Amino acid sequence: MAKAIMAAPRDAYGKTLVELGKENRDIVVLDADLSKSTRTIFFAREFPERFFDCGIAEQNMIGIASGLAASGKTAFTSSFAVFTPGRCFDQIRISAALPHLNIKVVATHGGISVGEDGASHQAIEDFALACAIPGMRVIVPTDAVETAQVIREAANIGGPFYIRLPRSSVPLIHSDSYHFELGKSAPLREGKDITIIAAGVMVSAALQAAAELEKDGVDCRVLSMPTLKPIDEGAIIKAARETGAIVTAEEHSKFGGLGSIVSQAVTKNSPVPMSMIAINDIFAESGKPAQLLQKYGLTAVDIKREVISTISRK
Amino acid sequence: MSKLDLFTPIAAEELPATAKKLRRHIIKMITAAGSGHPGGSLSAVEMVTALYFRVMRHSPTNVDWVDRDRFVLSKGHAAPLLYAALAECGYVPTEELYTLRKLNSRLQGHTDKTATPGVEMSSGSLGQGLSFSIGIALAARLNEQDYRVYTLLGGGECDEGQVWEAAMAAPHFKLDNMVALIDNNRLQIDGWNKDIMNVEPIAEKWHSFGWHTIEIDGHNFEQILSALDKAEAIKGQPTAIIAHTIKGKGVSFMENNVDFHGKAPTPEEAEQALKELE
Repeated sequence: MAKAIMAAPRDAYGKTLVELGKENRDIVVLDADLSKSTRTIFFAREFPERFFDCGIAEQNMIGIASGLAASGKTAFTSSFAVFTPGRCFDQIRISAALPHLNIKVVATHGGISVGEDGASHQAIEDFALACAIPGMRVIVPTDAVETAQVIREAANIGGPFYIRLPRSSVPLIHSDSYHFELGKSAPLREGKDITIIAAGVMVSAALQAAAELEKDGVDCRVLSMPTLKPIDEGAIIKAARETGAIVTAEEHSKFGGLGSIVSQAVTKNSPVPMSMIAINDIFAESGKPAQLLQKYGLTAVDIKREVISTISRK
Repeated sequence: MSKLDLFTPIAAEELPATAKKLRRHIIKMITAAGSGHPGGSLSAVEMVTALYFRVMRHSPTNVDWVDRDRFVLSKGHAAPLLYAALAECGYVPTEELYTLRKLNSRLQGHTDKTATPGVEMSSGSLGQGLSFSIGIALAARLNEQDYRVYTLLGGGECDEGQVWEAAMAAPHFKLDNMVALIDNNRLQIDGWNKDIMNVEPIAEKWHSFGWHTIEIDGHNFEQILSALDKAEAIKGQPTAIIAHTIKGKGVSFMENNVDFHGKAPTPEEAEQALKELE
């Protein structure tokens, strides 16, 4: 396999904000003292009058963003995923989502691949928190190309969004001709024996697993599922009917994330053997991202193992 | 833009009579609902009356007029007070007040921006209104609009940490287009503030956070109007009006009685209350 081109989704986020800022003077950006890490600093340098650093006060940041949104602005807020939604779930719920305001909560540093900062900084509950809020659209972009499109799409569509990005650079999966559509999965590989449905940084692991399984004679379909909510139920049902087994893969707790959502669709419409690659009911720890992904079972090897065991249950 | 149909302010002398009307609505609608929060609604009647009927520029027939002054009710459990004011101003029919808290009503138990014309913010989880108001005030600056933002907070609400995040931020952003009105009725659900979580010295706290601070009797219209006037003249910093008030004000058996924080009067109690408010 050719060496993948790596790119950081958060860089794509920062650059896209600048483009949006040039096109639309109603775009405003807020951060909570992490603008260098989240890359909102790109926007801050270009449009200082439309950038609001709220200091280390995420709850206040969400409230301010909501007030701006209620006054006609499209407000992007950023922090780490453990802090938004982690620190300010109630503010996102009451100030932003209940009035259905035009606020885009974009969190970087999602998942355990944050690495050395340890469990306190590794958001593994944010999909569940965000998805549980009525009307919230939840997106986990796959790579930098998709991130840029997701940010544009979120700016174009009214109402609240939660978008989770990783800290690290990830392989580019999509070409420039790719087109993201809210609520639609992206078929990355056709296959008839089983479907791997993956989100975020797990997509490249899923593709790797599928390529290796091909050598063993297993024909895997791979679906990238960037939108967790509203979920692409049609593609899930189709995958269940056509391939007869599903494995999901996500960098999130196994409670309330992609696996839970997919299993709801599957059990209701077309029950087939299913398995979830996700983090067990445990906090992770400090370590290098690759070490953590390995220790906590989020690698291509883990996906391969689950695929084989799930197919055996068909 | 077509000519605006602005609310016509009433004379200062008429404010007490209007306040009494709002109090009667509050008692009647909470009684009809069978639940709700009379104490903290009654304590802020004069402030809300002064704002809606005398001070704020707003248009009940053009609710979303972009240059309107904004009233943000942070202590969302005082929703009956806001609904009473909105009804008397013409945003909703007064008969509709008696749908409060009932199924399919536009008048939710705590304010819902999407449900009620004239409600600026959804609330019900305390401590969030001042942050929201900062956003509105910043938008005015970005858009070069001259509207003002008035936020009503409870004294007990100041227990919430987010209030102080916002209290730190508004002076930092030098927002002189916003006023925080603190309805300091000194009671919270579990008892007196000083016993549950002492918020005093409250005026000193706001002052030390960088607010121009004015202390008033929150039931005295002259003092309320004068404080709001002074606030408008203050440049480069926001103003906090610490209003000393009485929870349940206007109904003898509700005054300073924490039992009526979140309890509807019985029909007999309501009758007695309305007699006192004639």
